[in-house]
Amino acid sequence: MFEPLKGFFRGSRGGQPGGNPPAYSPSGARLPANGRGSGEPTHSTRPSRGLEEFFVHIRDTTGLTILDLGGATQKNVSFITDLGHRLYSEDFLRILHEAFGPDDAADQTNSGRIEYFLKQTLDYPQGHFDGVLVWDVLEYLNPVLLGAVVERLQYIVRPKAYMLAFFHSDDKLEEVPSYTFRIEQLNTLEIIQQGMRRPAQLYNNRSLEKLFGRFESVKFFLTRERLREVIIKV
Amino acid sequence: MSSMPPARFEAEPRGGAATLGKAVKVVGQIFSREDLYVDGEVEGTVEALEHKLTIGPNGTVRATVKAREVVALGTVQGNVEATEKIEIRKDAKLTGDIRTARIIIEDGAYFKGSIDIVKPEPAKGAPKAQAAVPVGQAAPVSAPASANSPEIKR
Repeated sequence: MFEPLKGFFRGSRGGQPGGNPPAYSPSGARLPANGRGSGEPTHSTRPSRGLEEFFVHIRDTTGLTILDLGGATQKNVSFITDLGHRLYSEDFLRILHEAFGPDDAADQTNSGRIEYFLKQTLDYPQGHFDGVLVWDVLEYLNPVLLGAVVERLQYIVRPKAYMLAFFHSDDKLEEVPSYTFRIEQLNTLEIIQQGMRRPAQLYNNRSLEKLFGRFESVKFFLTRERLREVIIKV
Repeated sequence: MSSMPPARFEAEPRGGAATLGKAVKVVGQIFSREDLYVDGEVEGTVEALEHKLTIGPNGTVRATVKAREVVALGTVQGNVEATEKIEIRKDAKLTGDIRTARIIIEDGAYFKGSIDIVKPEPAKGAPKAQAAVPVGQAAPVSAPASANSPEIKR
């Protein structure tokens, strides 16, 4: 049913049949249940070419339907609705933890669990959305679950619409900073970092092109946080 | 004989709002003509069209909700229409579609669903200015207080 992408990605961590090993902090302690780490969050604001590109396609129209997979935040809700759009909010990572356990150790290849997860997060009609803010959530999915999620996204987003996704660009990292993204302006993001988190796999340009190979186009922007901002045209 | 005075129940003040306490469960329809504070459980529909509905931290509302203003501190499952504004406070959990003029979401709140911002239309034919009530003169009360209590239909 879902095309397995396991083992394809550089630095893939999906090698264990039972799913990913639990996430650990640098000190060896297990990361908290929400995976977002602990301690005081750090805030920074920076320009975002990816965000700018995303808004180029939706800012001059009103009444579009936008999906935000990063959970509801005041800034994002206000920004999108002030543009005259309808916003759908899904706290994707929270539901991921509910579906697969607090440390994502449960089997992300189990088709029953995958179906349940998709029902909880992306159960929408075909072509329902005119844009998706994916942020960095895809980094935490193992290849089988990732394939299913990307397939479902392609189904629920209308053709020619755009999605914005972020991926860390350093393929040697064991852990990556855990971020929350808040929209400041059409081309500016507030980035809140709280703790570290272990991605399920890491990506390079080639693997991202392959991941989104069935979409019309993929465009990359590299940021100073060593994040790839990726605009995907459905 | 005990010298202790008899215990008296005093409802926690909610700014004049009618209160459904945390040990109360209502299944059915609630129509309220005053502000309403729900700290218990409600299944069905809740309408307080001209008033404020607050779902307290212990409150669980599985209902279609229509009110002038909604403040969620507890759990809401169902579609919510708030003509003026809705506030989803930290630790609140709201699953459903929202239609409102203004929304406030605190960090830590959980929300799943859609948000439609509907700007209120100015009332047609409304007088431009209301007649002022002279200082020191109280406005007439049109109905006894009991008539404003929530009406519960089962």
